[in-house]
Amino acid sequence: MNTKRRSFIKSSAAAGAFGVAVSAGLITPRAVMAAWPKAAFAATDVDAAVKNAFGSSDTTESSDIALKAPEIAENGAVVPITVTSKIAGTESISLLISKNPTPLTATFKMGKGAEGFVSTRVKMSKTSDLVVVVKANGKLYSAKKEVKVTIGGCGG
Amino acid sequence: MAKSIKVRAKVKGDSTVVKALISHAMETGLRKNKKTGKMIPAHYIQEVTCSHNGNDVLNADWGTAISKNPYLSFKFGGAKKGDTLKMSWVDNKGESDSVEAKIK
Repeated sequence: MNTKRRSFIKSSAAAGAFGVAVSAGLITPRAVMAAWPKAAFAATDVDAAVKNAFGSSDTTESSDIALKAPEIAENGAVVPITVTSKIAGTESISLLISKNPTPLTATFKMGKGAEGFVSTRVKMSKTSDLVVVVKANGKLYSAKKEVKVTIGGCGG
Repeated sequence: MAKSIKVRAKVKGDSTVVKALISHAMETGLRKNKKTGKMIPAHYIQEVTCSHNGNDVLNADWGTAISKNPYLSFKFGGAKKGDTLKMSWVDNKGESDSVEAKIK
């Protein structure tokens, strides 16, 4: 009877330690890298990329997403983009460029305290729509803007 | 590896503005080397993590379409002057770098 009790404690302690190791492991960059959504980044059209990244391609157009990008980008290799999401509880912001070979460009996941704002520079192969998908409270919101590119950013 | 990240963080009112420049080739794998005609293999940053006092404030998954020598800016709340901000990246070849900066 006693031995059984011992082994039970041992096994539960081991399980506990394992759980701690897993949760600790999740914080390290290496473990995060394993979660890099390869299928979403490999998708060749916007809907497929969104579906792969979020499990659904149903997005609602929202005017609370401000998308700042040039009307005409002279150099497609460097297109500055700023996204501000005023939707409360913004969890992530994804950038997609519809006519790039692989549209999904980046997904920014907001941690604790982060505001719905990101700014970066992207490459665009040709004139196309820039699509922003914001995930907030389990729902997907989107905004779109066309950017004209005079010199492509992919290839040379 | 020499430090590849330049990061500035500044408190403005309630929020902290972080601006970072990373020096990286960000090769898409779709470009040809003009002299040899061979494809240049893809080499790009996949993950960027930024944490403040051990809390992840931003976690970015990047694809190949982020520009060469990426620029990234974002805002977060709850930081004070003198706090430490840590930023790191990992690319598709497993190379990585990280840097710590004091918030001003």
